[in-house]
Amino acid sequence: MKLVIERGELLRALGHVTSVVERRTTIPILSNVLLQASNQGLQFKATDLEREVLEQAPADVSQPGAVTVPAHVLHDIVRKLPDGAEVEIRRDAEKDRLTLASGQSRFALQTLPPEDFPDLAPGELSHKFEIGAHELKRLIDKTRFAISTEETRYYLNGIYLHTAAQGKQATLRAVATDGHRLAQAELPLPKGATGMPGVILPRKTVHELHRLIEGSEAMVKVGVSPSKARFEIGTVTLTTKLIDGTFPDYARVIPKSNDKALKVDNAEFKSAVDRVSTIASERGRAVKLNISSDKLILSVNNPEGGSATEELGVDYDATPLEIGFNARYLLDIAGQLESDTAHFQLADPGSPTMVKDGSDEGALYVLMPMRV
Amino acid sequence: MTHAMTRALCRDCCEMIDVTGSACARCGGARLVAHAEIEHLGIAHIDCDAFYASVEKRDRPELEDEPVIVGHPGGRGVVTTACYIARRFGARSAMPMFQALELCPHATVIVPDMAKYKRVSEEIRTILDAATSIIEPLSLDEAYLDLTDDYRTEAPPAAEALALIARRIEREVGITVSIGLSCNKFLAKLASELEKPRGFSIIGRAEAKGFLAPLSVRKIHGVGAVTARRMEESGLRTIADLQAEPEPALMARFGKFGQRLFQFAHGEDDRQVTPSRPTKSISAETTFHQDTGAAERLREVAGTLSERVAGQLVRKGLAGRSVVLKLKTSDFRILTRSRRLAHPTQRAAVILESIASLIDREADGRTYRLIGVGIGDLGEATAADPTDLFSFAATGAEPRGPRP
Repeated sequence: MKLVIERGELLRALGHVTSVVERRTTIPILSNVLLQASNQGLQFKATDLEREVLEQAPADVSQPGAVTVPAHVLHDIVRKLPDGAEVEIRRDAEKDRLTLASGQSRFALQTLPPEDFPDLAPGELSHKFEIGAHELKRLIDKTRFAISTEETRYYLNGIYLHTAAQGKQATLRAVATDGHRLAQAELPLPKGATGMPGVILPRKTVHELHRLIEGSEAMVKVGVSPSKARFEIGTVTLTTKLIDGTFPDYARVIPKSNDKALKVDNAEFKSAVDRVSTIASERGRAVKLNISSDKLILSVNNPEGGSATEELGVDYDATPLEIGFNARYLLDIAGQLESDTAHFQLADPGSPTMVKDGSDEGALYVLMPMRV
Repeated sequence: MTHAMTRALCRDCCEMIDVTGSACARCGGARLVAHAEIEHLGIAHIDCDAFYASVEKRDRPELEDEPVIVGHPGGRGVVTTACYIARRFGARSAMPMFQALELCPHATVIVPDMAKYKRVSEEIRTILDAATSIIEPLSLDEAYLDLTDDYRTEAPPAAEALALIARRIEREVGITVSIGLSCNKFLAKLASELEKPRGFSIIGRAEAKGFLAPLSVRKIHGVGAVTARRMEESGLRTIADLQAEPEPALMARFGKFGQRLFQFAHGEDDRQVTPSRPTKSISAETTFHQDTGAAERLREVAGTLSERVAGQLVRKGLAGRSVVLKLKTSDFRILTRSRRLAHPTQRAAVILESIASLIDREADGRTYRLIGVGIGDLGEATAADPTDLFSFAATGAEPRGPRP
C-alpha cells in the first residue's frame, strides 16, 4: 500500500471518523482506524462496535492495500503537520509498520491486520428517505437534552424516532425523556418514511450524528431497519445499532387538561431563571414560580447560599399558583424555544406542566414539578 | 530520709494528688498513674474492653467467670467479640466460629444484639458528653476525646476527667474501658492498647520516639497489610527504620502518605479530633448459608438488604446517589460494582432496581459466599426521589421495557 494525500483532506476525513473511537478499550483493534487505498482514493473506517463511521478522501494511490493504525495517534500527527503539506503513506508488508512521511517528518506506526477489523453490516434497510441536515439537527437539538443517562432504564438512553400525526399531517417525530422531563419535536413525514419502524437512536449516535451534520445544508440519506440505522451525509456514512427495547407509551404522560395558561417572554424568562439560579449552587436545586394575575415571581432559596428573587410581567389570569421546577430543566427548555413567547400550561404544583413553542406546533415539553 | 514528692492520678479518687510512695495517701489504693507530662496532655482515646461480650456478661452475671463469644453460631459465622476469658484460649474476633469453638469448646455463644449495644453506646456517650464537647466516635465502642483547655474552661485536668469517665462507666453502665492519654490521636490510640482491660496509659511527648521505635510499621494508622508488605520489601519493618529515613526520601517513595509516615514515626499527628463525622455511606451485607450463584437468589437477598439500607437512609434523613453491589466469591475474592443514579434516593425499590441489573452481569456461573448492598454520595433527603412522569401517569408502578 502506497499513496500520497493532501494534509487537509486527511485531517478532514480523520476528524469525521476518529471521534467514534473510544479512548479506552479492551479490544486493541477498536483503537484503530481502517485505511483502505484503492483507485477511488483512500477510505477510512472507525467503529466502537455499536456504530461505525465511513469516510473517503481523494488520494494519489500508487499501490492499493489496507491497514489499521491507532486512530487518535494518527489524527494527532496529522493535526500537527503544517497546512498544505503533502503526506506520503506507505505500508511495509514485511515489517508490519505504516510509515508516514511529510516534509522532514517521518513516523512509523504499529499496525494490526485489516482482516480483523470488525464490520457493522447494516443488513437490509427496509425504509429509506431523505431529510435536510438542518431539519435533522433541529429535531436533535430540541430533544437530546432530555435523554436519560440512567442505565437502569436503558430504553430511555436515546431519541425515539418514529412516525406520528399532527392533525392530518403525518410527521416524523423525535421524543426523548428521562422520566422527569420529556421533549418532543417533529417534521412533516419525508417520502419513503411511511410505515417505518420506530427506532431508538442511542445517545452516543445522536451526538455523533449531530457533529457530522453541524453546519451542513446538505440532504441526509436515512435508512432504517428494525435493528440498525444508517445516515449518509455527503461522503460520510454513519451506521448504528439501535437500542433494543420498547420506548414507553409517552403519550400518556403528556397532560391533556392543564387549564392554567401562562405566557412569558422567553428571553426575559431565560435570563431571569439563569440569574436567580446563581444562588442555587447545588445541581438540581429548585426555582419557585409564584404566579398570580399578570405577575411571575421567580425565587430560589438556598439555606447555605442565600436567596434570590426576580419579578416578571406575564400574561396570566387563572387562579394564583406556586410551583417549583429544577432550574436547569427550565433553562434546557427555554434554550430550545424558537418563538419569542413561551407558553406554559399548568395544572397544580404536583402535576406535570407542559411548555409549548409559540411558533412550532409540533414541539412540546413536559416537566415534572419539584417539591418546594 | 524523705521520699521525693510526685504528682500522680489516683484512678479511684479521680484526683491528682501528691504522692510519696506507691499508694494513694487518701484511699490507700494502688491504682496510681504518674507521668511527668500528665498535666500537659489532652488528647484521649477511650476503648471499651471486649464491648459486646462485656455487655452480655453484665446482663447475665452467671457468665461472669465463663468464656463468652459473641457472634453468629453455625458453620459459617464469625466471632464478633470474644471475652477476655475466651481470648485466653485463643479465640479472637473475626475468627471463624467453628475454629474459635475448637479452641474454646465450653464457651457460651451469644448472637449479637446490635440494638442493645447501640443503646449502651449512647449511655456511654452521655457520660463522655459531660467531659467535653469535642468527641469523635470511631464505632460503638471507641472514641477520641479532646480534653485540651482550648475547649474546656473551669474543668478538672484531663487525667482527672478521664478517671471520672472510667469510674462512671463502670458504675453506671457496668462495663470497663481502657484509656490512652497523649498529645495526639495516633499516640493516644496506641496508649489505650497498652494495658487492656481496665487500663490507663500515658505516652508523653518526651518518650514518644523511643516508645515507637521498636513497634512494627503496621501500628501506624493507614498502614494495612498491602502497604506493610511494600514497606517491608524496602527494608522498613519497624518504626525505627522509618525514623532513620529523611522526610523527602519517604515522600519520594510513598507520595503524600510519606509525609504522614514521617510525622507518625516521629510521634507527630496533626489530625484534629473531629466531632461526629458525617455519614459517608450506608450498607448492609450478609453471608449465605450456602454459596450461591443463582441470580434469582442473589436478587432476593439483595431485596432484603436494600430494605435495610433504605430504612437507615430514612431514619437518618439522608438520600444517596451511588449504589454499590459487593460480592465475595467462593474463593474469597471481593468485587464491587457501582452505579450512579439520576437522582438521590431513599427508596428500597430504586436501590434494588440498580442492584438487580448489576447482579445480572455478575451472575455468570461464579458462586458467591457474601453479598452486600450499599449507597454512597449521601446528602439531604430534600431532593430525593422526585416523582417520575410515568409513575405519575400510572399512579402506580413504573413501566418496564423488556430486557434486550
